Amino acid sequence: MTAPVAHRESVPGHLLVGTPLLKVRDLTVTFASRGRRPVRAVDGIDLDVAAGSTVGIVGESGSGKSVTSLAAMGLLGKRGVTVTGSVEFDGEDLLNMPEDELRSVRGREIAMIFQDPMSSLNPVLTVGRQITEILERHKGLKGQAAKDRAAELLASVGIGDSVRRLRSFPHQLSGGMRQRVMIAMALACEPRLLIADEPTTALDVTISAQILELLRVLVKDTGTALILITHDLGVVAGLCDQVHVMYSGRIVESAPRRPLFAEPQHPYTTGLLASVPRLDQPRGLPLLPIPGSPSDTLPWAQGCAFSPRCTRRVDACVGHPPVIGPAPSRVPGHLVRCVNPVPYDVEEPTP
Amino acid sequence: MSVAQFEAVESSAVSPQEAAGGLGRDALRRLRRSPTAIVGAVLVTLFVLVAVFAPLLAPYEPNFQRLDLIRPGVYPGPSSEFLLGLDQLGRDELSRIIYGARYSLLIGVVSLTLGAAVGIALGLLAGAFGGWVDSLVMRIVDVMLAIPSLLLAIGVAALLGRSITSVMIAIAVVNVPIFARLLRGSMLAQRRSDYALAARSLGVPRSRIVLQHVLPNSLSPVIVQGTLALATAIIEAAGLAYLGLGSADPSIPEWGRMLADTQNSLATAPLLALWPGLAIVLSVMGFYLLGEALREALDPKLRR
Amino acid sequence: MSLLEVRGLKVHFPIKKGIVLERTVGAVRAVDGVDLSVERGRTLGIVGESGCGKSTLGRAVLQLEPVTEGSVVFDGEDLGTLKPAAMRAMRKRMQMVFQDPLASLDPRQSVSSVLSEPLRTHGEKGPYDKRVRELLDLVGLPSTAANRYPHEFSGGQRQRVGIARAIALNPELIIADEPVSALDVSIQAQVVNLLEELQQRLGLTYVVIAHDLAVVRHISDDIAVMYLGAVVEVAPSDSLYDEPLHPYTIALLSAIPIPDPEVEDVRERIILRGDLPSAADPPPGCRFHTRCPFRQATRCHDEVPVLREIAVAPGHQVACHWAEQVHSGAITPERAAVPAADADGAAAV
Repeated sequence: MTAPVAHRESVPGHLLVGTPLLKVRDLTVTFASRGRRPVRAVDGIDLDVAAGSTVGIVGESGSGKSVTSLAAMGLLGKRGVTVTGSVEFDGEDLLNMPEDELRSVRGREIAMIFQDPMSSLNPVLTVGRQITEILERHKGLKGQAAKDRAAELLASVGIGDSVRRLRSFPHQLSGGMRQRVMIAMALACEPRLLIADEPTTALDVTISAQILELLRVLVKDTGTALILITHDLGVVAGLCDQVHVMYSGRIVESAPRRPLFAEPQHPYTTGLLASVPRLDQPRGLPLLPIPGSPSDTLPWAQGCAFSPRCTRRVDACVGHPPVIGPAPSRVPGHLVRCVNPVPYDVEEPTP
Repeated sequence: MSVAQFEAVESSAVSPQEAAGGLGRDALRRLRRSPTAIVGAVLVTLFVLVAVFAPLLAPYEPNFQRLDLIRPGVYPGPSSEFLLGLDQLGRDELSRIIYGARYSLLIGVVSLTLGAAVGIALGLLAGAFGGWVDSLVMRIVDVMLAIPSLLLAIGVAALLGRSITSVMIAIAVVNVPIFARLLRGSMLAQRRSDYALAARSLGVPRSRIVLQHVLPNSLSPVIVQGTLALATAIIEAAGLAYLGLGSADPSIPEWGRMLADTQNSLATAPLLALWPGLAIVLSVMGFYLLGEALREALDPKLRR
Repeated sequence: MSLLEVRGLKVHFPIKKGIVLERTVGAVRAVDGVDLSVERGRTLGIVGESGCGKSTLGRAVLQLEPVTEGSVVFDGEDLGTLKPAAMRAMRKRMQMVFQDPLASLDPRQSVSSVLSEPLRTHGEKGPYDKRVRELLDLVGLPSTAANRYPHEFSGGQRQRVGIARAIALNPELIIADEPVSALDVSIQAQVVNLLEELQQRLGLTYVVIAHDLAVVRHISDDIAVMYLGAVVEVAPSDSLYDEPLHPYTIALLSAIPIPDPEVEDVRERIILRGDLPSAADPPPGCRFHTRCPFRQATRCHDEVPVLREIAVAPGHQVACHWAEQVHSGAITPERAAVPAADADGAAAV
């Protein structure tokens, strides 16, 4: 593991001292479409990513986890979208950066990989051409040098016979191979930050394990910081330094990986953990579902968005928005947005 | 957790404004919000009203002539008496445009109905049975598709003589393969859908699956195509008339023919070319806009 | 006698070439010789990755895919020998729950129409309102749902409608193909619990097909693990995690992330090489030998292993020549330093 995330006792605890690589403050994204009420998809996100660290963002569909990263990278487009707050990368403001500069940062310093590699690859160009194009544009490599480097990159993501593979078209590759190609392309410019948005969701379990292992190794070897966005708590459990759990556009719980899983304190986090069966536990334990569906939310302005589904709901949940603060566990960097958090000495809610 | 608890928590997920009704109403609601649909609908309505009420709207009969007012090469322009002026034969241009709408609509509707009926029947046959029936029908359709519409029209005109009927048949024949392919493709896709499989697993007989599930769900693109085909039919009718393949009778106020007739007087009376041209463009645009809006409104991917 | 007995089932899809004159140039062996049995009132889980043939198997059991070879015996009747009318009547007793609840519901049908269709199809006299309300109540939906359309519901609610349709005719067997994988994580448990509750109330027999081993293990009594069209291991759910015998099962189990860092950090993970080979051209011998970390120099590549019970694990069937040695630890997996995808892992076109 690379340098651990530095924490300080003072609030807000998960935000870093000094300058983090990526610093997001109060990021808010509102989608407006004609004839409909505007939707606030992301609602005041604070997020720090230290150089070389791995940060997980966990949430269900509609939690705003993907929108957060797209907005931070300026990839949401302009029509009907309002993005406010600040996003600083290495001290530079990304939100107010001219488009061409931003594009250069995105190619060179920050790379992204997505759930569906097929739609992110150009179907009419060979894999090799797509990689060398990036190398030409951002690294100034040409001709054979670019090809050699491309083959090297493919080899580094575990693609055997990489020189021959450069001539393949995306449709000739399997899903797992395509995702490897995407990772190779993302790493072509040796970015300082890699954002992986559900990188394994479309893949089978054994292939997904390959890709996660690859990311783990690459992050360790290259010192790239990684933001891993996923709906699967299992995926972050083995990989992340800091985990943020999102619900309805806000971070509801944020903690280093171990305390998050050992002492989850937001009812949504505990609910998620209790609702998935675990292979390593004896069979026959009942599943405790979270009632309702993710669409049963309360606007944050009127109280806790999770309260309509929450089993620990008290009167104080409704009326004013809950603030995020240090968790009762007092673990450094453990924050929770809940007025009635789950007692931390209880490991699991028992039926 | 008991069933009652589920009910309590999950029932709230359906918001009241969403619970308005079925798909048709859903599409209609979206149509009403679309400016494209509104403009298209206004143009189409106008066009249909003009066509239907032509005798009431037109100030003159289409063949009412004022030969005394024209000299070769000189035709009176717009005036208070003749709002759009007189044509080369001294007839009121406005009245002819208005009556022309009738022919455009007639040709469009008849050729579309004919073409769509045969096309849908063929498509239904292919889509419902699949296998060799599908192969056979589709090869026939491919052959039809390979004949250029102009050539076809010339052929039909040669066979049946120049008349509006020939034009309608020619356009209908052109429409047949379009509708057949569209419906067949849509039905094959729907046949592979999970709900068709679900119906099979329930033991629902195949004929009922095709007629009650597959066909109704395959019609959206056909409806859209129908609207667009009306536009195409108007253009094609005008085009054929312009090329002299329309009706041989000069007294029939056909927009395409009116356009063709202005060729010799383009230098002296350019406006005479503008009016039928404008009429064609506006009516065609109306159907196109409506078709596009329908396509969007009926697209299940855009439904929420 | 078992309620469902599958013997030597094969489903091959012909690969055709040519436009006018089609000829068969090969076959995708989606299901290639599967034997299974399910006792009344029990749940059999079928797990495997995409392309292993598990969904095709489920449909073939219900005779919704053409069976190439083998037989499906339901309550003593060989379904393959039934005439179409008899088969249609038989469908009353076996039903299916689909993965995508929205796709499996006709968008033009209201819920009451969806739920009365099976009743009407099997000649029950209307009005169906009472039964529809009863069904909605069984799956935990309010009776007001009857007049609504599929697109007005959330994913979890739609799946409840799909389940209500499946139980409308009081079937004995329900085949659920990925019943929860399209749903949000927090909703999955609701549907799993509902399925279990209905099984107890109505005495249903389930075949649950899924790629999520944790969910399958939770709901099933027995689990069959499929790889490339064949069953490689059948085991009681309780012992599968503790005592996997087939190398593929071992790898599959070790690949599933567990939401607990304490476990994740110390787990031994076996990363498989490469991708699933093409089902049109499966490897000879043991189908798994191209990716197997326990592969041996002999037998694996030229001898097809049969599903057999081994002495060390009674009640457990496995199709591996070296199961005893893998079990005792005499054979250990080879390990690659970098998780590589090898060249022959490319998807066949």
